Amino acid sequence: MRFSESWLREWVNPPVDSRTLADQLSMAGLEVDSATAAAPAFHGVLVGLVTQVEPHPDAAKLRVCTVEVAAAAPLQVICGAANVAAGQRVPVATIGAVLPGDVKIKRAKLRGVESFGMICSAVELGLAETSSGILPLPMEAPIGADFRAWLGLDDVCIEVDLTPDRGDCLSIAGLAREVAAINRTDLTPLAAAPVAPAIDAHFPVRLEAPAACPRYACRIIRGIDPSAETPLWMRERLRRGGVRSISPVVDVTNYVMLELGQPMHGFDLGRLDQEIRVRLAEAGEQLTLLNGDDIVLRPDTLVIADAAGPVALAGIMGGSRTAVADDTRDILLESAYFAPAQIAGKARAYGLHTDSSHRFERGVDPGLQVQAMERATRLLLDCVGGQPGPVVNVLAPDHLPQRAPLMLRTARCTQILGLEIPVETIADLLARLGMDLESVAGGWRVTPPSARFDLIHEVDLIADVGRIHGYERIPVSHTSSAAVTKGTPEAAFELDRARLLLVDRGFQEVITYSFVSPELQARIEPGAEPLVLANPISADLSVMRLSLWSGLLHTARYNQARQQERVRIFETGLRFRPGLDGLRQEAVIGGLVIGSVDAEQWGQPACPADFFTLKADVEALLALGTVGGVAGSSFRFVPASHPALHPGQSALIERDGHPVGLMGMLHPTLAAGLDLHGDAFLFEVEQAALGTGTLPRFAPISRFPAIRRDLAIVVDAAVAFGDIAACIRATASDLLRDLVLFDVYAGGTIDSGRKSLALGLILQASSQTLTDQTVDETIARVLDRLASEFGARLRD
Amino acid sequence: MPEQTGLGIDALRAAALAAIDDAADLAQLDQVRVRFLGKSGELTALLKQLGTLPKEERPAAGQWINQAKDALQQALDARKVVLDQAALMARLGAECIDVTLPGRGQQSGGLHPVTRTLRRIERLFANAGFAVVEGPEVESVYHNFEALNIPEHHPARAMHDTFYFDADRLLRTHTSPVQIRVMTEQAPPLKVIAPGRVYRCDSDLTHTPMFHQVEGLLVDEQVSFADLKGVLYDFLSSFFERDLKLRFRPSYFPFTEPSAEVDIQCVMCGGAGCRVCKHTGWLEVLGCGMVYPEVFRHVGIDPDRYLGYAFGMGVERLAMLRYGIDDIRLYFENDLRFLRQFA
Repeated sequence: MRFSESWLREWVNPPVDSRTLADQLSMAGLEVDSATAAAPAFHGVLVGLVTQVEPHPDAAKLRVCTVEVAAAAPLQVICGAANVAAGQRVPVATIGAVLPGDVKIKRAKLRGVESFGMICSAVELGLAETSSGILPLPMEAPIGADFRAWLGLDDVCIEVDLTPDRGDCLSIAGLAREVAAINRTDLTPLAAAPVAPAIDAHFPVRLEAPAACPRYACRIIRGIDPSAETPLWMRERLRRGGVRSISPVVDVTNYVMLELGQPMHGFDLGRLDQEIRVRLAEAGEQLTLLNGDDIVLRPDTLVIADAAGPVALAGIMGGSRTAVADDTRDILLESAYFAPAQIAGKARAYGLHTDSSHRFERGVDPGLQVQAMERATRLLLDCVGGQPGPVVNVLAPDHLPQRAPLMLRTARCTQILGLEIPVETIADLLARLGMDLESVAGGWRVTPPSARFDLIHEVDLIADVGRIHGYERIPVSHTSSAAVTKGTPEAAFELDRARLLLVDRGFQEVITYSFVSPELQARIEPGAEPLVLANPISADLSVMRLSLWSGLLHTARYNQARQQERVRIFETGLRFRPGLDGLRQEAVIGGLVIGSVDAEQWGQPACPADFFTLKADVEALLALGTVGGVAGSSFRFVPASHPALHPGQSALIERDGHPVGLMGMLHPTLAAGLDLHGDAFLFEVEQAALGTGTLPRFAPISRFPAIRRDLAIVVDAAVAFGDIAACIRATASDLLRDLVLFDVYAGGTIDSGRKSLALGLILQASSQTLTDQTVDETIARVLDRLASEFGARLRD
Repeated sequence: MPEQTGLGIDALRAAALAAIDDAADLAQLDQVRVRFLGKSGELTALLKQLGTLPKEERPAAGQWINQAKDALQQALDARKVVLDQAALMARLGAECIDVTLPGRGQQSGGLHPVTRTLRRIERLFANAGFAVVEGPEVESVYHNFEALNIPEHHPARAMHDTFYFDADRLLRTHTSPVQIRVMTEQAPPLKVIAPGRVYRCDSDLTHTPMFHQVEGLLVDEQVSFADLKGVLYDFLSSFFERDLKLRFRPSYFPFTEPSAEVDIQCVMCGGAGCRVCKHTGWLEVLGCGMVYPEVFRHVGIDPDRYLGYAFGMGVERLAMLRYGIDDIRLYFENDLRFLRQFA
């Protein structure tokens, strides 16, 4: 809502300057977006009377005008505008004047004739974007007066960005009520006396959707002057309110809308067929709107119709068939109340947004219609003449919003605001906001004004009290609430710890969009069905991610394309997996490495990341969720196949037999398709799997020495180390303190298809020093089992 | 007194001392020791010749030899100290390195600036006794709108603001639905914050379709707007590490009343007015208010017994103000050269 400050000050004029007024509005919840000058700077422009217009002797398009500006001798001014005429009052820039854009007016000679000033157009004065010719002024403009002062151009256009609950402030009247309450100053209400009907002309109205439109007021005005123009003062107020001047009928309805908040509409009476029916549209009905749009109506839309069909989208925009035209002499003015629930969302459904729909959606005062009609009639008669009929006020009383009084308890007000405000203050400011107060024990019974759709509960009144009294007066309290924080279990997984672990291991955290490209995702997991957005922002971001891998791969590609070859990144967040039992939103941690393990450095050769360098990172992560930090104790890596991964380098991560994660090398075909340089390795683990840790349990440290025996065994290349380790652990049982794999070797003297594993077994007993004999027996048993289960031989 | 044995002890002694002085390293020194004092060394050989001397000359000769032996041993020890020292000096010299060379091994990565900011926010509220709770990002219309008293035709519910999957499911547009979930699942008193991703159909210079919020909720029997001012004043002053001026501006949210937007004195210009604060001296950083009774009714909490406050803040905006980031889109481009600045 944009408005002229001087207009507001006609209603309420507190002793504060423009800037303070703007701050007051903002701090009362009516946020001021901008406050700009009503006109650019200029000076030296006077109101002049054109007394004579002669053709220029030497230029067909120029006239030599005599302009009277004061008692002194009249000025000779050359003017090129076609609309200049003798008898006109005009703004004339005298010698020494400075116009907007720093245009200095000097004595000039045009084709041999001297000119002592310039007759100005609205554009030259910064009052319009376009104009045809000079700006004629009304007859009451006093000759010789300073034009700027006379038109009150030292005014401020204030734009307030209102919250959707404050439809009542979409008018000068509504804003004035607020300003009066804030400043405890008096309000000068508008004197809108009823205009007595001059003719007895009624137009029939039927309310066929009374819930949607419980009140429809209208009035016939016959015999208006189609040649009349909107007075300058009204055009100026409209302009300062951001509304374009169109025609006197439209301008008056817009003026009343800005002034009182009631959107109105004028029909050409002669084009209306028999009657007004306020009804829901019939499916398929069509309407051509004032803006030229042809729309097909939906049956949930309220229309104003006559006997021939719809003539307006109720509360949104009129139709072209019955629009007031240049030659219209008889009109029907509409001033109706449409229910917010009926209008809400409708304009948008037709791709429209109008000042009218904006107000009806938020709620127009249901008691305002007749007053607005009288006001508009008065303005219109003053402007274009004509003979009014009586106001036809058709209503469905049962459907008009009813205002039930609300209880306001002083104690509750104190409790919620945390500030005790004197009862007199509360009563005074509520009364100033237009509320009707009835004192009861401990408070009031409050009836809010009908324009205030936002006051529903006691707390809404309390908020108004706080707002007008001033939030800044509410103290800052540091009393802490009794609310108790429940502690987290010690063994619970801490995402923060996991993030820091990866950071310490050289990973950079990234945050990628939860919606991804369906093409990329389909390459990672062909056939999987992601959750699809109905209204994505772009095709690239149209499906929910099934894993973090598409975002990580996209990020790797993005960075490699920007000369960042080595990428070590991770992300935490939800993946979205549709399933038969519904959508699973699973928190996961995923990572990607590509390039060397360490950043390029001196003194050691670059070691490219591989499955096992990443596995160390994953194991460290898994260890966070395991007793004593031993990842192997309950997590298992099982060879797996996944369409995005290298078939020989991918592992399913299981915890207690359940899959909880996946890691491996990106399939070379996929890597090539993504233009990635170097082998990429990926992992993803469910956070929930890391969150089931138990507390550590102390075991005594053995006082007896440990003995290490190294074995080099040869097995088939296909035998998994994990199985061998499990076999050794099972066989050596509680004597085995630790098992170290210190070499894996193939080729050379080892037969093709076989591999050598070098193992260190560290043995220790808890209650005695191990004898050589015990150790030898244990090692022999281990070798026997390895031989029988895996065909293992000691290496020669 | 010169030697009178005729064994040539003095000559030998002089030769040995000269050899000791000549030894250039510990190995040579040891050779000298063996040559003169070893089992078959030259001085040892003289001792064996004692028997060839007349009986009365033997004690003096023996003493003479032993004196020479002691002198040699002393000279050897002294020379060893010198050579040890020289060897150490040589080693230390040889082992000199360029200590300005960079260290080797893995370098640390870093947290995303949004996470960095979130951690800070979470910790500050944890200090004030708020527990962290989370909620789903694919939400129901009920939790995201209805239960929060956002009416069906509210502009925020339109397709151009909200990502939908179908008539009932959407991507949450704020973290406020977590309020509903917490209040439905737990009984008051409640004191929680809910950080997380939120989504809106907006993508331009100053908007990304995904961003992060932190929601706060406190429900108890005695809670006032003054308490809300207190907790936010403490939080914002701690977050920006300075005593900030705050402004609570009345505003509107369907799920709180009274409601306020919180402005802080511009952290860039100190309130004097600059580009960041659009020359107002103030920055809007938070929305807050007292929980609306309709919301309590939706979750089955008695609005006559309990009161509550709620607040919500945008994490990216706070991080931008704190770190001077001037383009919100940088957050999700994940350019490593950007991210590393926050490591």
